[in-house]
Amino acid sequence: MTSFVKPKIRRQNEPLNELGLARSDYDGAMSTLCAGCGHDSVTAALARAFFELSVVPRDVVKVSGIGCSSKTPTYFLKDAHGANTVHGRMPSFATGAVAANGGLTYVGVSGDGDSLSIGLGQLAHAIRRNVNMLYVLDNNGVYGLTKGQFSAAADIGSTAKKGAANALPPIDPALLALSIGATFVARSFSGDRAQLVPLIKAGLKHRGFALIDVISPCVTFNDHKGSTKSYAHTYKYYHKAIHADYVPPSAEIVTAYDEGELMPVELHDGGTIQLRKLDADYDPTNRVSAITHLMNSQATKEVLTGLLYIDESRLDMNEENNLGRVPLHSIPYTKLNPGAAALKDIQSEFR
Amino acid sequence: MSGPTINDFTIRVATVNGTGSASANGLLMKTIFRMGIPVVGKNIFPSNIQGLPTWYEIRVTGAGHAGRDGDVHFVIAMNPETYAQDLAEIAPGGVLMYDSSWPRPELMSRSDVTVIPIPLSAMCNEAFEVARSRILMKNMAYVGAAAALLDLDVAVIETLVKEMFAAKPKLIPLNMQAVALGFDYAKANFTCPLNFRTSAMNKTEGKVMIDGNTAAGLGFMYGGATFGAWYPITPSTSLMDAFQQYCDKYRIDPDTGFHNYCIIQAEDELAAAGLVIGAAWNGARAFTPTSGPGISLMSEFIGFAYYGEVPMVVCDIQRVGPSTGMPTRTQQCDIQLCAYASHGDTRHLILFPAHPGECFEFAAKALDLAERFQTPVFFLSDIDIGMNDWMVDELTWDPSYTPDRGKVLSREELETSASTFYRYLDVDGDGVPYRTLPGTSEKGAYFLRGSGHTKLGRYTERGPEYKDVVDRLYEKWRRAATAMPAPVVIKASRPARYGIVAVGSSDAAVKEAQQRLEAGGIPADYMRVRGFPFGEEVDAFIEAHDVVFVVEQNRDAQLLGLLVNETSADKKKLVPVNHYSGEPLSYRFVLEAVEDAVKVRKIA
Repeated sequence: MTSFVKPKIRRQNEPLNELGLARSDYDGAMSTLCAGCGHDSVTAALARAFFELSVVPRDVVKVSGIGCSSKTPTYFLKDAHGANTVHGRMPSFATGAVAANGGLTYVGVSGDGDSLSIGLGQLAHAIRRNVNMLYVLDNNGVYGLTKGQFSAAADIGSTAKKGAANALPPIDPALLALSIGATFVARSFSGDRAQLVPLIKAGLKHRGFALIDVISPCVTFNDHKGSTKSYAHTYKYYHKAIHADYVPPSAEIVTAYDEGELMPVELHDGGTIQLRKLDADYDPTNRVSAITHLMNSQATKEVLTGLLYIDESRLDMNEENNLGRVPLHSIPYTKLNPGAAALKDIQSEFR
Repeated sequence: MSGPTINDFTIRVATVNGTGSASANGLLMKTIFRMGIPVVGKNIFPSNIQGLPTWYEIRVTGAGHAGRDGDVHFVIAMNPETYAQDLAEIAPGGVLMYDSSWPRPELMSRSDVTVIPIPLSAMCNEAFEVARSRILMKNMAYVGAAAALLDLDVAVIETLVKEMFAAKPKLIPLNMQAVALGFDYAKANFTCPLNFRTSAMNKTEGKVMIDGNTAAGLGFMYGGATFGAWYPITPSTSLMDAFQQYCDKYRIDPDTGFHNYCIIQAEDELAAAGLVIGAAWNGARAFTPTSGPGISLMSEFIGFAYYGEVPMVVCDIQRVGPSTGMPTRTQQCDIQLCAYASHGDTRHLILFPAHPGECFEFAAKALDLAERFQTPVFFLSDIDIGMNDWMVDELTWDPSYTPDRGKVLSREELETSASTFYRYLDVDGDGVPYRTLPGTSEKGAYFLRGSGHTKLGRYTERGPEYKDVVDRLYEKWRRAATAMPAPVVIKASRPARYGIVAVGSSDAAVKEAQQRLEAGGIPADYMRVRGFPFGEEVDAFIEAHDVVFVVEQNRDAQLLGLLVNETSADKKKLVPVNHYSGEPLSYRFVLEAVEDAVKVRKIA
């Protein structure tokens, strides 16, 4: 198998963004995933979010680990650099990349196997460091590329295609993230573009690490009766708690919603995330409240979605490390080398 | 054949770790150094914080040798647990000084060793109030006694004490009082000085005493490293500590307060490797210090960097393996691991610094090679180099140096070029393709992957396309041989049928052994290899000798194996000389091994 180049067809009167680019300019190579795979919808949502935000393609860096989901960075933003790294180790690679150049926009795509089993440690530490990136976790409860083993996200009692039931408790990435200081935690569903696209935009604009756990059913290995990560199951237990919209700086805030309570969260770049509380008693700026709601939803088997928690106040990793805006590769060497005289000074203690 | 005489003997201080003896031992060594006499210091310490035996060896070598002697002549025995061993290991004619506050008549059991009892604890307990200071002052008291016995310059000691306590001047008279306690007691009760002792020289001018990890940390700062990631592991930790310390001082922008560097302490070595590769892919000059266990963990990522052609510098400060092994003891046991780290066909570049001076120089060199060849570069040091203070020429920096960033295309180059950019295309025919940094230009965008790729950078599972790339990688690696630092050859003064090959910290002991071998009628030429892949000189050197001793510090003759694999050398010519006890190599070991081998050969 080789990669397929997607034919570029530009429609007449195709809408263009502020950069004069069309939505199709944010596409990548043709997907090689199974027809109906949830991941392809996530890819489309990512491309749309970047298009709507008018992000310059070369200013984006796409990173992933290994697995079906990790293949998807080739399927969008062909004009951006990308890296398909090592299984479970994308977070460390991304952390190094972000430290080296804080001026770019970083998006990581991973899966539940990549993030919650082999890569659990690296995910946790990227969250703790508040690395400024969007981390999309395509969550389908199974290993697709190795043909259907349970992942650590599988619910107790969820059955495999051949009938075996999972006995081990699941790792909920949203709960885990909240417990270790995450500053942006969201959950969504590949089948809900109206919710997912605004969440991606909010996550990209968030200062720090933004985790979006996206239920993204595997049509080949985990879409049967008995699976709790199937399309049918997800639709049935889907619960929207907090809707989020990103409003860019200078844009007028229009309160178009009549249901729920509105809550603006100001962002570092001057923009705003408008939160619409669908559950009136849920405060997404309160970590304890978010954790409680998530734990309750586990008991009721609901798939609690939306922007579950946000904290814009914490410094991101680069700020914490006092890194300026100049990428490390562009700092002039004269500022890196203190010179021969300093070397003499330094050595006075070695005599 | 050697010592003990004036300016030619070895002191060994046997103490318990956690008792603060390190600064007293440093003081002893520096005093001799400031008296203009060349010294060699070796710290032999346990993997422990407090309570286990530790030894510090100071070789006083007016002749200016740089390695360990192997014999010990003056022992300061401060640890009753090791008295028996310390006594047994003294060379005939040697002296044992011990704390006789609790007399040990059994120490008198050797007629060829003079025992000097000094009631150090008793004197210090009487003179000082606080329990902790009694313990610390006991150390200064043995320095004083040694000063009397070995004729050390007390004025130099006082100057050093003043420097040591510049921030706490109240402690200066107390410490000097303790020095005087030991000094006066020795003078009053024994014939001072001993027949072997120090005598001031002027052979340390232009020299510094520095450990390899500090020198390497400094080298990475001077070489323009902007990113370092690491997971704490003995014995590499002090390398990053040094880099951090110098960056804190010299790399914070005075105008903005921003840091012109970034250091991240990783959650493990897997992450440290990922951090470095991510940063380097994004344009930072990046390195990670670690030790053998870290290389094991990093191996997957190292293969990724090799195949994806991302620069990275990995410093392996080798310690004794396998597994946890002896983490505070020295070996050269990761040579083969580093040469071929990771699964699949992988091969890497290695630099073998032999002393702190080269650690400083090779740190920048490693960064250059990594970026020039877009590949992992191993900086292979060890505990002996990394954690012991060595006397080396004062470090100097060539002001005309500019970092070699390799083939990186700028936005302008990409956007004005008539041809399309392909990441893995060998445009110049030198095996090294061009790379681009994220954010540069849409025309330079590409996808880095560890999966099969074509020379155009696309995913592939087709054999010929896969082979295209890995064949070029081999060619690139092979060509790097000429960019490595050339071997250093020391010829015997007459034609020699014997040759010696060694790398890294074996150098000092081998050089001395070579001199003594020739004096004893066995002339041998010596080649110190400094880089891998090997250059043609290595093949020629082996070719030119009948027998070549390969001296190294591991059980399995790893360097010898590499020579067999990677040169045209006739395997039968190579004779292993393997030292792997975990102690720094001594010239005596090399000398005896070669002499024995030559004898056996003559009989045969």
